[in-house]
Amino acid sequence: MKTILKLVAAFAAAAILGASAQAQQPIKIGIGIAQTGPLGGGGKAALLALQIWRDDVNAKGGMLGRKVELISYDDQTNPSIVPGIYTKLLDIDKVDLLIAPYGTNVTAPIMPLVKQRNKLLMGNFSFDVNAQIKHDMWFNNAPWGAGALAWGGPFLDAAQQLGGKTIAFMAADAEFAQNLCTGGRAIAKAKGLQAVYDQNYPPNSVDFSSIIRAVRAAKADIVFICSYPAESAAIVRAVAEIGVGPTVKIIGGGMVGLQFAPIMEALGPLLNGFVNYNSYVPEKTMTNPAVKGFLDRYSVRAKAEKVDPLGFYLPPFNYAIGQMLEQAIGATKSLDDKVLAEYLRKNVMKTMVGEIKFDTVGEWTTPRVVMAQFRGIKGKDLEQFRLPGKQIIIAPAAFKSGDLLPYDKARN
Amino acid sequence: MSVGLSISFGLLDVPHVAHPAFLVLGAYATYALVGYGMDPLVAGVLLMPMFFVFGLGVYQFYYMTFERRGTDLGVRGIAFFFGIAFIVQVGLILAFGVDQRMVEADYIGTAVEIGDVRIPKRMIVAFGVALALTTSLALYLSKTFTGRAIKAVAQDEGALRLMGADPVRIKRWAFGIATATCALAGALLIIVGPVDPNLDRLYIGRTFCVVVLAGMGSMSGTLVAGLILGVAESLVLSSVGTAWAPAVAFGILLVVLGVRPAGLFGR
Repeated sequence: MKTILKLVAAFAAAAILGASAQAQQPIKIGIGIAQTGPLGGGGKAALLALQIWRDDVNAKGGMLGRKVELISYDDQTNPSIVPGIYTKLLDIDKVDLLIAPYGTNVTAPIMPLVKQRNKLLMGNFSFDVNAQIKHDMWFNNAPWGAGALAWGGPFLDAAQQLGGKTIAFMAADAEFAQNLCTGGRAIAKAKGLQAVYDQNYPPNSVDFSSIIRAVRAAKADIVFICSYPAESAAIVRAVAEIGVGPTVKIIGGGMVGLQFAPIMEALGPLLNGFVNYNSYVPEKTMTNPAVKGFLDRYSVRAKAEKVDPLGFYLPPFNYAIGQMLEQAIGATKSLDDKVLAEYLRKNVMKTMVGEIKFDTVGEWTTPRVVMAQFRGIKGKDLEQFRLPGKQIIIAPAAFKSGDLLPYDKARN
Repeated sequence: MSVGLSISFGLLDVPHVAHPAFLVLGAYATYALVGYGMDPLVAGVLLMPMFFVFGLGVYQFYYMTFERRGTDLGVRGIAFFFGIAFIVQVGLILAFGVDQRMVEADYIGTAVEIGDVRIPKRMIVAFGVALALTTSLALYLSKTFTGRAIKAVAQDEGALRLMGADPVRIKRWAFGIATATCALAGALLIIVGPVDPNLDRLYIGRTFCVVVLAGMGSMSGTLVAGLILGVAESLVLSSVGTAWAPAVAFGILLVVLGVRPAGLFGR
């Protein structure tokens, strides 16, 4: 009898110690995110924002009484290595929760994996990656919602207000750009716009002289561009050199990279007149104290870590991903993927970037893509981009800070 | 971009897969000098002697650790240069970050107008300098004693030794020249478009393809092969489809090697 009692006591002690040890273990959140490659600049800024959120949460004592640990790997903006990274996060690092990489092309390859494993995945600025696979535990923190309507719609609406009737498309031959451009074509067709030029190009192209020459020859009123950072910079430069012709009333739309400080700084006045999507710009109609306070803290650390010093585009939204996890875990007192997904699906998420409600495919129910026109940029001083009046918001109406000017007028 | 590789790989038979990384290094070195108000082309020219010395050092290390021991064959030499390329990439990321970098000059962002056609000045400058560099190298290799010695070392090292010349010294010198071209070619690279530390991955296949298509070690052939591939890619891009454009280089290479195994201008 004494032996049995000793054994029971030993098991009880071991269980208590085990539970205590688990309580001491941090909550592991895994992410593969570009630190190198074409999206490396954005990825570094995004990761810094998540690290700031982690530090803030841990300073408050963590979640469920446990500290938060962020485990991240560089996906090199290379879709082929992303499934391997997420398999490692799940099987070797044994993370509790997953955040998706930044971007569409690198997120698409892990959608089958997370669906098969029944894992919750917080999306990170990807576009339409769940349209086909329909994973019910996908929640994309990106302001464009499902489909291309919220993205291409305001751009083409503005173009039609200026009398645009013909359109030229340019798109990188990659997942994001093709998804966006395909949507853009459908919206243009529905609006009765005539496509006069449509050209895909290989990703990472460095010279666009011939394509811009062809756009000029097509005499389009509207030029809708879906490009990645290095290409966006090369396109802006080629437009300055070759010119798109006097018929063009609006140019831009889906150019990734024109939101990144180093590219904005390098291009300077060449950006004037371009109309491009964004998530946040420092116009008076859009500033909110929470984002401003965060950006003030972010810019100090960004400067020290040689990361995008402005941080308007991705960092507030990445911090918001952390806030959503914090809210869901706090409310459910659980780390179970299904329980958290159920909460995220049914509740309004209160974040720094606003209240977010997800639809059935895990995208924002109410999209809020900002279309802004670069204006009045002089020289290469980066600090000017912190001031209002440099990126005039033309849509959505709630944040509108000015009317769209025709490209030819706004570029001078 | 391929002329330097035409020397190091085409003539010296060194599996220099770090050549595109050296080009990107040249581009970043140019970027750094432009920050002090220097013209990118002038910066590229000024960097050439430094890159020459750097090339001498790299070859000497490669010779001491691999070639002299007879272990340069197979994957070891390639692994060595991949390692160097990786170190260059990481070094650039640590020094400059991962963002794309560009430079400014009077001939960047403006165009020459011929009737209705506008040609970017940066492309004209890049073409002119590349033409001058290729011509100079071709003349150097065919008209000077050292140049002819470089060609000789490619044909028969033993015979050169019998003539009283030191093949290792000649090869080291040639590798230095090949590396020096990376400084100027890197300057042209950043003049033409934005660069990032990982850009070399994009050029590894194409640069080797141009050298083999031209015929190993042919300078004029390198220029012609580069033009052929560029025009063919553009034509395929606009007529057949984007997905096929990257395959053009190797498609043409396969056809040419099938018909003419020595390459277009190889002997």
